[in-house]
Amino acid sequence: MILGSYVPGTSVLHRAPVWLKLLVLCALMVGLFWFRSPVTVLCGAALVLVGCSVSGVGVLEVGTRLRPMLWFLVPLTVLQGVWVGPVRAVVLVGSLLVAVGLATLVTLTTREQDLLDAVVAATRPLRPIGVDPERVALVLALTVRSIPVVAALATQVQQARKARGAERSARAFAVPLLVRTVRHADRLGEALQARGVDDG
Amino acid sequence: MSVVGTGGRPRGVRSRAGEQAGGPAGPLTMAIESVTHRYGERVVLQSVDLELSERRIGVVGANGSGKSTLARLLNGLVVPTEGRVLVDGLDTRTHGPAVRRRVGFVFTDPDAQIVMPTVAEDVAFSLRRTGLSRAETAERVAAALDRFGLAGHADHPAHLLSGGQKQLLALTSVLVTEPDVLVCDEPTTLLDARNTRQVAALLDDLPQQVVLVTHDLDLVAGFDRVVVVDEGRVVADAAPGVALAAYRELVG
Ligand SMILES: Nc1ncnc2c1ncn2[C@@H]1O[C@H](COP(=O)(O)OP(=O)(O)OP(=O)(O)O)[C@@H](O)[C@H]1O
Ligand SMILES: [Mg+2]
Repeated sequence: MILGSYVPGTSVLHRAPVWLKLLVLCALMVGLFWFRSPVTVLCGAALVLVGCSVSGVGVLEVGTRLRPMLWFLVPLTVLQGVWVGPVRAVVLVGSLLVAVGLATLVTLTTREQDLLDAVVAATRPLRPIGVDPERVALVLALTVRSIPVVAALATQVQQARKARGAERSARAFAVPLLVRTVRHADRLGEALQARGVDDG
Repeated sequence: MSVVGTGGRPRGVRSRAGEQAGGPAGPLTMAIESVTHRYGERVVLQSVDLELSERRIGVVGANGSGKSTLARLLNGLVVPTEGRVLVDGLDTRTHGPAVRRRVGFVFTDPDAQIVMPTVAEDVAFSLRRTGLSRAETAERVAAALDRFGLAGHADHPAHLLSGGQKQLLALTSVLVTEPDVLVCDEPTTLLDARNTRQVAALLDDLPQQVVLVTHDLDLVAGFDRVVVVDEGRVVADAAPGVALAAYRELVG
């Protein structure tokens, strides 16, 4: 998971202001996809590697987070290879990998709270049209927090299904997971209320 | 287990910013007056009358007897269909927010109660409306985490904590707001024996008034008062010795 995984540290990357990190990230992404050349991909990859070592996050940490992308990057490479030729395919896929690698570096070195604060600041101008920035940030935070919780629920359901020998039944997975997730949402709502979320 | 409830220990630091500086010095009174509560057709609490002002109050009863519903009355999470609940004179029906500021609530499942991704953020979330500066908030959060032995985990994602640590975090996040009362609905049910003892010892030492719902009768043996609930009614309400004996007889 890209979110919910801050790696504590004191490097330049950790200490840089969030808005600056996001701005640079945006600029780099635009650059990557604007030029889409082998040179930019290589530079980008180098940047990711440098970032990994400077921040102390480690190549491995970023690598494991990129691995799930292989599921669609491999077929994409093949398809693109057939359509536009191998070089452009590799450049495109490389750009994607570098972009996600850079984004991962930013999230790994930024406290969620700081990211959320940046989102609040960015959505503040939308207040006149009825957007509540605090509410937006809360929803994002809850989402980040709920990912590991729901993942744990899925593991539990998976194990229960195995224990009862219904390993292959998709229904024996989906239905209990849905039930548990809804129950969790109920409890979460109650807890938010108890902590005064709607009390103004 | 030490009987903290009777000590008349001076109340802890009560520096709630800008709010009723001269609040009640002793335990406050929670009055449940002629309360009947229904979910649809189903009556889950029937003609309950209780005046709770002891420092340590236990609530026990069988599954489905209505304990959680009773506990949720105390901070206005549940507003009764009939009757009323007054906390320190405030009706939960009309003064929910003020009541919730006085009454902290700890649930059974800390996973549902921890709403922020990392440990320190979750504690800070409790302080978001206090008007404290960032630095002050960070200071209070650090002090609270330190007090409950979580200082080393401040920046860790909440999901990496053990079950016991999660419950400690849930407690920390509630206590950092310095409520007058702490209502706990089976806070140790998901914990192992060691973590149960740790949470129990922690509750024991709190300056706050505590209402504890539990199936673990040992936890309330040293309390000031124990209320036994059965099928939506209060069937015993006395010192632990008497009340727990009545409960044991009830469940056979
Ligand atoms: N939100 C709800 N909607 C409908 N029925 C409910 C709701 N909450 C509780 N009940 C019902 O009210 C009754 C009392 O529930 P309550 O949770 O207060 O019991 P409890 O004493 O806490 O039980 P346990 O020991 O299992 O936690 C139960 O029969 C329950 O099914
Ligand atoms: Mg209950």
